[in-house]
Amino acid sequence: MKTKVLAIDDSRTIRNLLAATLEEAGFEYHCAVDGREGVDMYPDVAPDVVITDINMPNLDGFGVIEELRGEGINSKVPILVLTTESAAEMKARARNAGATGWITKPFDDASLIFALKRVTGAAA
Amino acid sequence: MSGSIQDTFFEECEELLEATDEGLTAIEGGNHDPEVVNAVFRAVHSIKGGAGAFGLDELVAFAHRFETVFDEVRANRLELEQKLVQLLLRSSDHLCDLVATARDGGETDEAHHNMLIAALDEYIPEEEEDLTFEPMGLGGGGFAPAAIDLPTAPTEETYRIRFHPMKEMYGTGNEPFFLFQALKELGDLEIKLDDTELPGFDAIDVAESYLAWDLVLTTTEPRDKVEAVFEFVEGLCELSIEGDGDAEADAAALAALEAAFGAAPSVEDGEAAPAPFEQPAPAQAPEAESAPAAAPVADAAPAPKADTAKSEQRGGPKPTLRVELERVDRLINAVGELIINHSMLAQQIANLDVADMRDVETELEGFKNLARDIQEGVMSIRAQPVKPLFQRMARIVREASSATGKTCKLVTEGENTEVDKTVIERLSDPLTHILRNAVDHGIEKPEDRESGGKNKVGEIRLSASHRSGSVCIEIKDDGAGVNRPRVKQIAIDKGLIPENAELTDSEIDNLLFLPGFSTAKEVSNLSGRGVGMDVVKNAVTGLGGRINITSTPGKGSTFTIILPLTLAVMDGMVVSVADQTMVVPITSIVETMRGSDDMINNLGADGTLLSIRGNFVPICDVAGALGLEKKDDQPPGVYLLVETETGQRSALAVDDIHDQRQVVIKSLDGVCGEIAGVAAATILGDGKIAMILDPESIIAASPSAAAFDTERRMNNAVAS
Repeated sequence: MKTKVLAIDDSRTIRNLLAATLEEAGFEYHCAVDGREGVDMYPDVAPDVVITDINMPNLDGFGVIEELRGEGINSKVPILVLTTESAAEMKARARNAGATGWITKPFDDASLIFALKRVTGAAA
Repeated sequence: MSGSIQDTFFEECEELLEATDEGLTAIEGGNHDPEVVNAVFRAVHSIKGGAGAFGLDELVAFAHRFETVFDEVRANRLELEQKLVQLLLRSSDHLCDLVATARDGGETDEAHHNMLIAALDEYIPEEEEDLTFEPMGLGGGGFAPAAIDLPTAPTEETYRIRFHPMKEMYGTGNEPFFLFQALKELGDLEIKLDDTELPGFDAIDVAESYLAWDLVLTTTEPRDKVEAVFEFVEGLCELSIEGDGDAEADAAALAALEAAFGAAPSVEDGEAAPAPFEQPAPAQAPEAESAPAAAPVADAAPAPKADTAKSEQRGGPKPTLRVELERVDRLINAVGELIINHSMLAQQIANLDVADMRDVETELEGFKNLARDIQEGVMSIRAQPVKPLFQRMARIVREASSATGKTCKLVTEGENTEVDKTVIERLSDPLTHILRNAVDHGIEKPEDRESGGKNKVGEIRLSASHRSGSVCIEIKDDGAGVNRPRVKQIAIDKGLIPENAELTDSEIDNLLFLPGFSTAKEVSNLSGRGVGMDVVKNAVTGLGGRINITSTPGKGSTFTIILPLTLAVMDGMVVSVADQTMVVPITSIVETMRGSDDMINNLGADGTLLSIRGNFVPICDVAGALGLEKKDDQPPGVYLLVETETGQRSALAVDDIHDQRQVVIKSLDGVCGEIAGVAAATILGDGKIAMILDPESIIAASPSAAAFDTERRMNNAVAS
């Protein structure tokens, strides 16, 4: 069973980069173009881990975490925040909402995989 | 392959830059809606994010500053006053340049770059000023690993780790087991569970965290890699890591490693193919065109209910498909051939000796309509709205304004008018030139405008519209208008017209298009770059279009460019000249008429004039101009009244008119050299090749037109 990743990012470039890296590393990759689509896709994809951007139209990353962790979906899967803001307060806010960890953009392949490994144990 | 991802990045940048510009233009126009501000912020942010991935440090650094200032605006800590908006607009322009430089190479203006950075920094509060953003360059070219040389040869080290999660950790989705797994990859790991805190079975509170672990890790990896494993749970657990030889901590080396997170293995990017599909269709394709990062305001409507919202249904941009231009062009060529093929077929059927052709004709008509439909469909693929082009022009006006110390704004209309892609590309230079000219020579200085009772801010209106099969682009300024006495004097001084020339106002205005004409007293560094409006005219004519100018002193000038919708097909009138079939572009024909002897008047030795409703126009014998020999001396029977770009009318004399139809333009380039009077060729229904004439150059070669010109000037001179 491949580990299923749902990536939510409004930047095509980032999605392509994630797709390239993750598929190469043996993950099953799904993506959504903004927070709203990501949350909507979540039940169908049923991912093992979610990677979400923060700054997005139609529901930002904090909103994604809140909705996924909230009553309706009540997701327990790891959620990694993909962010250029390395600011501590941003991380704290994401964590308070229920984020598992973060990946700082720009990411390299190793740090991305490393982050995924720490939260999913995926031996990819 | 990573090139393809980088290409996507640059493509996306185009969209993001457009969104940035669009948002800033709205802001400039007074729309300070938070969603507009957010849209710009997101666009710049996305550019930064992508640029970082490709190690485009200069771009990242600049985008970061830009974004930071915008973040201040977003947080209402900065007000969008005029000076800031202007700075942001200039920054957006510069961002464009940086992207272009990153893509195409070359240099950016360093002084300008530094000036903007300094200006932006003034808006960035102190605590944010530490902009030591550390882009983890993967190497500009693509996925080359960031080779990190370990400072010294690694030595084995043993760490004793005490890890006691707090209950909060479990709410974040972090699992101790996975952390241990990650640790295990670093080296040899012993795990010992400490369950001493575990109360009796009955006393267990499921939400509490009772377990702790003692770990012993033996690894050659540096300490920070060990710490990195616990990065996400920092503050969510009690953690202590004790090494055997903790003295080794070389802070600088660690920081470097921290920044790079370890050497990246080189990864061939396996083309972002869709993932295996076990999910419903709508949202599965990673390649599905996304809503651009900064969606239009309307797109940010309250999110629809869960489970129905997919990007297509959100009223966002329609799904699009990226296709190589070459494929479209191949299709266009094939359709062109299809149309020719239809004509030939129709002709051959007509030649058949069949008693009842009605059925065949009906079917043939259907075939023709279908071919037309396909052709129009294919053409529309190449058609693009002029909006991006117009948006770029706003920048030109801004730059020109600040270079000349004038204030003007560009108002655009009809941005959604669609024009052939090639036409759009080739319009950029002429438009730039006209706009620079309008700012430099047209719009007056603010103080002069004010004393003249005008708004201090000059207005240049750039509009596009479809007009009966052509595209009309108008550039209208509310400046001083053409200074006719001066224009005329310059033309005389430069020997472009004789000293005693008598010209109509319109003729004087159109002198601007003469080669070597430039009204700038000294060569300004703006419009006077050694090229004149004649270059503009050539560019427009090269596209099969016309340009002309009208002007009212004190009120302003209007340049009108008329262009064919497409470069591949045109409407033409099929005529015969000295037993040859030729095509004259419909766009240049004003009127056609059958002539009689009493309409023809002689002028001088070899000039003839046609009298039409009391006016005289010179007759240009097409056969003569092309050097064709006529079989008999019969005067040509039909006249095509054509108008040149300068507004001069002439009558082209041909033998007969046969048909009016769409013809597929076939370039003569590479087949034969330039032929005076011939623009291109086409293939007619009977399979014969026909030349497409260029009325302008035929008239220029005609003795009547020249004689008429001289005559008229002399008459005018006498009359005055």
